[in-house]
Amino acid sequence: MMGRSGVVDATSSRLHRPQSIWHSVHLDPVLLLLLLLLCAGGLFVLYSGADASVQAVKSQAIRFAVALVAMVVFAQLDPSVYRRWAPWLYAAGLAGLVAVLLVGVGAKGAQRWLDLPGLPRFQPSEIMKLVVPIMAAWYMSRHYLPPKFRHVAVCLGLVLVPMALIINQPDLGTALLVGGAGMFVVFFAGLSWRLITGFVALLGVAAPLMWFFVLREYQKQRVLTLLDPQSDPLGAGWNIIQSTTAIGSGGLSGKGWLQGTQSHLEFLPESHTDFIVAVLAEEFGFIGLLILLAVYFLIILRCLYIAVNAQDSFSRLLAGALTMTFFVYIVVNIGMVSGLLPVVGVPLPLVSYGGTSIVTLMSAFGVLMAIHTHRRMITA
Amino acid sequence: MAWGEFKDIAAERRLFQRRALVMLGLVVLLFFILIGRFYQLQVIEHETYTTISDRNRVQVQSVPPTRGLIYDRNGVLIAENRPVFSVTLVPERVDDMGRTLARLGELLAISAEDMEHFNRRLREPRRPFQELPLHYDLTEEEIASLAVHRHELPGVEVSAELVRHYPFGELNAHALGYVGRINREELQKIDPVNYAGTNYIGKSGVERVYEDELHGRVGYEHVETNARGRTLRVLERENPVPGEDLVLHLDMRLQKKAFELLEGRRGAIVAIEPETGGIIALASVPGFDANLFVTGIGVEAYRELSESYDKPLFNRALRGQYPPGSTIKPMLLLAGVDSGTFTRDYTIWDPGYFQLGGAGRRYRDWKRGGHGWVDGTKAVAQSCDIYFYELGVEMGVDVMHEYLSDFGFGAVAALDVGGALPGLLPSRDWKRGARNEPWYPGDSVNMSIGQGFFLATPLQLATATAVMANRGEWAQPRMLRDIAGDTELTDVLQPEYLDKVSVRNPDNWKYAVDSMEKVMHGERGTARAAAVGAEYRMAGKTGTAQVFSLAEDEEYEEEEVRERLRDHALFIGFAPVDDPQIAVAVIVENGGSGSGTAAPVARAMFDAWLTDFSPEQSVISQSRRTAP
Repeated sequence: MMGRSGVVDATSSRLHRPQSIWHSVHLDPVLLLLLLLLCAGGLFVLYSGADASVQAVKSQAIRFAVALVAMVVFAQLDPSVYRRWAPWLYAAGLAGLVAVLLVGVGAKGAQRWLDLPGLPRFQPSEIMKLVVPIMAAWYMSRHYLPPKFRHVAVCLGLVLVPMALIINQPDLGTALLVGGAGMFVVFFAGLSWRLITGFVALLGVAAPLMWFFVLREYQKQRVLTLLDPQSDPLGAGWNIIQSTTAIGSGGLSGKGWLQGTQSHLEFLPESHTDFIVAVLAEEFGFIGLLILLAVYFLIILRCLYIAVNAQDSFSRLLAGALTMTFFVYIVVNIGMVSGLLPVVGVPLPLVSYGGTSIVTLMSAFGVLMAIHTHRRMITA
Repeated sequence: MAWGEFKDIAAERRLFQRRALVMLGLVVLLFFILIGRFYQLQVIEHETYTTISDRNRVQVQSVPPTRGLIYDRNGVLIAENRPVFSVTLVPERVDDMGRTLARLGELLAISAEDMEHFNRRLREPRRPFQELPLHYDLTEEEIASLAVHRHELPGVEVSAELVRHYPFGELNAHALGYVGRINREELQKIDPVNYAGTNYIGKSGVERVYEDELHGRVGYEHVETNARGRTLRVLERENPVPGEDLVLHLDMRLQKKAFELLEGRRGAIVAIEPETGGIIALASVPGFDANLFVTGIGVEAYRELSESYDKPLFNRALRGQYPPGSTIKPMLLLAGVDSGTFTRDYTIWDPGYFQLGGAGRRYRDWKRGGHGWVDGTKAVAQSCDIYFYELGVEMGVDVMHEYLSDFGFGAVAALDVGGALPGLLPSRDWKRGARNEPWYPGDSVNMSIGQGFFLATPLQLATATAVMANRGEWAQPRMLRDIAGDTELTDVLQPEYLDKVSVRNPDNWKYAVDSMEKVMHGERGTARAAAVGAEYRMAGKTGTAQVFSLAEDEEYEEEEVRERLRDHALFIGFAPVDDPQIAVAVIVENGGSGSGTAAPVARAMFDAWLTDFSPEQSVISQSRRTAP
């Protein structure tokens, strides 16, 4: 313990200012500012994307408020609390997923929700976006890093079980994010490059098998549509054709706020949820998109900074994984809307309309702030 | 392995830092890929996507022009446009055509024909997002019912449309023609751009002849629509140029009179103003209500009309080809004296029959026992057949053909009357070509009294009468009197191409006209009863056309012949003699005798035109007062 704190002291005293008011409330002002900036800008775009609906903006603002409260609450907890509770949280999460499998409710052929008496309706898979990286980080940090192969194998097992349950719902987008979060932990823990190459090769072999045995017909259709949207312009290809049209017609500086014809004339589907970045690109153009990506990049940069400066392995792994999950959200959503990736139900983080992901994301930022602000006392 | 076991903390930190750097590299790489993609879409391919986006939202809709109105000579509206509400579908916007049509079928009384017609249009090539009419002339209830169920029926619209309406119904169907829905053959002929928003086209008569002028030029609207096809606003509009209004020579008062006169009969009346050639009345009785045909007539109603023995759909005035009978005699008398075949005072002995070369078949006169000594004037006034048999045989077919074709027989002389038939003016060549037989003198005998092969339409008879009234001067018959707007009448109306009837001695006109006057006013004129009490002088000629021929020496009792086999009654005439204002041809099918049936009809037409109509509107008010 002494040796470890000595190393930490040396680094942190050099990098950090003395404790400020922010530290005592366990918030990171830089990250908070960036998040508020993103949320506020998001509301602007949302107002347009939801066809000038004050109602939508209002309910989204309420969600932001709830999510901010969640963030503040999560930030108050010492990282060791998450670490201690990791196995129990994981077990509860798995139980939730199994419960969804048995008694879950849902719509459009997907069974995702749990409607337990006395509790608000919730999605156990959404909670797993936080729980899986916590569990993986807990497990990996118990061992020497870089990890041995069997530890990696066990950890992958811990990640794949919930992932398989979520794929089964089916909810490919969430499974991707949950699985990704776990994988990032393994990567940050120091998975050898040899193994990484092996995994990539394995994935290359598995992909065709997945195509025939795992992917459902509608998912295959989405991939095919990506390759040739014009094959069914009024059906499967409609979304992608209309979103690329919206983006492309926006040009360098856009058509102006509330002036997007693709979204306001209802050509663009899901214009306030998954496809909201097309609204932004149409109305604010390439410049608007660069600003959005810049804000996202600064948030990621700040989060990686927090991760690098975390005091222990668990915190680092968890912070790194949460950061990269956030990044996956961005790339998958924007890649999908701009026609680079198949259509997967992943929202644009903190901009798309919709409740659960905002709360989960802000909670994750709360955890990151906790990691950054709950520091062991510096000894001289 | 317990928590807190010694670990190389510094090494783990360094490891994490390296890995974090790799991840940062990945973040930067993928962000640049995204930026590159947006740069491609928004900067490089911006133009393309702008075009696609505009094509998405901006639809070009045609705005059909308003069809020109048609007035009679006194400014009475005889073809107007009435707003009619119809159901139209935009197939591109209908989710499930089968279900939508079934639902519409429940809400509205859509006939099987409408449905069939719609389905046919659906399969034919058409412009995208064009509205296809399904059901016309909605009632108030139907409009309300559609409004209530509108949300169930995407792509279904109630559109107001101006549809042709003929206020005088059956009076004008044959004179004006009518419009109807564009059919498949017409679709291939018309300019698809100019007719983009038009559903109707002139099918016959004036409506067809002046289709170009009446139709106008199509306009355009660039409208912004949303993804569901609802029009949000008009971005740009090029107004249509409405069709030109037409004024016809037709006089509705006279037209109405003509119908009244033929009430309950089958026949035709054509009245022409000799000076202008203007057709002032054109009646074919019975008529039909052209309004039925505008939005499409039902099969049952159509069958009833087309199978009626009275043939209301048949335009007798323009297309009825009848043997002209004795009405041809004044023209032949002119031909006879002008060609020098007979002198004006030449007389023949009429024993009641005529034999070629004094032997063989006896061609009978209508008057048993004959007329005795007959000269040309008497021959016309009393309609002596024997005089004309001799004249015809003497003159020969070539001379008769020459003069008669100068009067417009055997050809369509009308300038703008759609669908008129040429009749048949026989000649040596015609008979050789059509029958492969030489012309026999017996053919000349028949031709000399307007029988045999000779056929003429009522319009042709009226036209020849007008030429006679004009003493040979041609004013080719026409419907159009004036056109509104900047268009000049001469731009639209076909120019005249017929010359004056050339005669060697112009005095012969007086001779022929005098003989016609004797028909009306002579002591023994065949139509003298019809001229009694007139305050003007008139000229005329009666005629009777045999529906079936009688064998030689066969007598027949009129009463015994069934009504449908009775002779057609004909009359031609004009008045006043010295200043002709109206030339008329009347045919009453199975009317019996020209003098008894057709001549009084013509007299009534003369009276109506010359004296009955109020003086300020009457075209002849001055000349009537100076007439004896």
